[in-house]
Amino acid sequence: MKKDNVSILKVVKAVDKKMIENIGYKIKRIFLGKKGNDGIVFKVFIYALLISIGFVYLYPIFYMVSHSFKSLKDLLDPTVLWLPKSLHVDNYIRAWNVLDFPKAFGASMLNSVLPAISQTVSCALVGYGFARFKFPGKSIMLVFILLTFIIPVQVVMIPLFLLFKQYGLLGSPLPFIIPALFAGGIKSALFILIYMQFFKTVPKALEESAQIDGAGPFKTFFRIIIPISVPAIVVVFLFSLVWHWNETYMASLYLGESMRTLPLMLQSFDLAYSQEYSSSGATDMVNINESIKLAGTMLIILPLLILYLFAQKWFVEVADKTGLTGE
Amino acid sequence: MLQKLIRRRRELITGYLFVLPWIIGFLLFMAYPIYFSLNMSFHKVLITSEGIQKDFLGGDNFKYAFLSDPKYVEELLVFIKSVIFMIPIIVVFALLVALLINQPIRFKGLFRAIFFLPVVITSGEVVKELFSQGATTISIVERYGIIQFIEANLSPSWSEPIIGIIQQLIVILWYSGVQILIFLAGLQKVNSQIYEAASIDGASPWEIFWKITLPSIKPFILVNIIYTTVDLFTNSLNDVILLIKEHMFKINTGFGYATALAWIYFMIIFVILLIVVVIFGRNEDYNPKKAGR
Repeated sequence: MKKDNVSILKVVKAVDKKMIENIGYKIKRIFLGKKGNDGIVFKVFIYALLISIGFVYLYPIFYMVSHSFKSLKDLLDPTVLWLPKSLHVDNYIRAWNVLDFPKAFGASMLNSVLPAISQTVSCALVGYGFARFKFPGKSIMLVFILLTFIIPVQVVMIPLFLLFKQYGLLGSPLPFIIPALFAGGIKSALFILIYMQFFKTVPKALEESAQIDGAGPFKTFFRIIIPISVPAIVVVFLFSLVWHWNETYMASLYLGESMRTLPLMLQSFDLAYSQEYSSSGATDMVNINESIKLAGTMLIILPLLILYLFAQKWFVEVADKTGLTGE
Repeated sequence: MLQKLIRRRRELITGYLFVLPWIIGFLLFMAYPIYFSLNMSFHKVLITSEGIQKDFLGGDNFKYAFLSDPKYVEELLVFIKSVIFMIPIIVVFALLVALLINQPIRFKGLFRAIFFLPVVITSGEVVKELFSQGATTISIVERYGIIQFIEANLSPSWSEPIIGIIQQLIVILWYSGVQILIFLAGLQKVNSQIYEAASIDGASPWEIFWKITLPSIKPFILVNIIYTTVDLFTNSLNDVILLIKEHMFKINTGFGYATALAWIYFMIIFVILLIVVVIFGRNEDYNPKKAGR
């Protein structure tokens, strides 16, 4: 009887131990995972890391948004850190006026949309030519294309400046549009390569069947290839647009004083502010402060933020959509 | 036979027709300006009402840049030093973020969008503005006296660029958007069966990273280093290119000297890229076609 009891106890203990072990194993598996990268601990770690890096990443933007709504009082008040006591929209109104927003926005549009369209079209043609046809000199041309990618614009800007000056094109968007029409201009090497990689993924049978139906190569290109190349076209257009929009170095050289894009207006913000507000009487004498400047900065990136909000997936899927990284 | 020949010739002509815009553009807006500016860099160039007046100087512009110019060499050295630090920071950071996003997590798209955002919104002016308003420094870094530590332990010629980097760390990280995407695309191309096989064999994630992931994305590392180098040298954040522009409209230096400076600048980029390719590209399995650029 006693012996039985002992043995039952033993069995129970063994079962208990097994169960505990089992549960322990299960818990361990939930936390640490089977493969080392699917447990909760790991997941929490990943999310924590991503969120904190993301916060650091977005910190300047948060800072800008928060500060741009601060009135002078909030700005000087050390207890006001992130949330202003009231939304001081006046900063934006002032910045809007100083930037001469509608005019500068128009200039920016002219200087980014038109060159972007030209670049999108011309680079598509060139990229297709390089992707599909064999001709002597092709490899040396590709080397030259890569070379244009690494040559800093400073090397060629003075001759170009003189050239455009000679033909009276300065002060208009034409110095950006004309090179773009000939598959040149800002980062065109990159765009040609994007197209090349994309067109290489298009099955050849498509063109062959079009050719059998009697279409010439250009007809094939515009009727067959272009419609299925929308991802590459959109990606190139968006990048070209954004990079032209953000360009200031060449823009200030080519456009001079007669046409000023939004980022260029930011360059001379202080001066423009004093001109706009110091002469307009004592009633709205507010000295320039960082909130107003940040509101101006905010206004400049706002169009891009809106664009990104809608076209975000095109930007971030550039590598997937265009086969940029090769197959 | 004849028909084949005709077809080949037709292909040749169509090919040229397609790339013709680029050829014209290259000759007009690249080759000719390059020749012109190379020529100018050996002259003193004066723009007068009668046209451009050039006096041959030989290598004097270059000599002046290196020996007498009070600012150029100094600014160049500061910039190169900071670039040497920035490239590894950007590439390693991009790889880290790409590895994180590549994990089976939710909101993948959101994170990807966050890390790519700066590529879209930042122009040189915006960055400068944010920097001058102090929006780009995290106060923690300054609180722990890291800067004082570096200042105390390194010679000023090295501590200066390092401190500069710490102070604009966020902006530097902002330049990794494209690189993250390239790494992500690279990571997605690694065959997932290899990972499964490795984990069945008992390899830890740490080992898997060093022995499988890293070797398979090696070409992308090279691409990213090249991209980062070119990106850093050509964006308008640095003082060297501003100096070049400044000299353009100075009377005593002018266009000739400015182009000489630009050529020196390009040569440095070229040498750095060459070194990068020699160091990272000599691996026999590197395939430029795979790298995509």
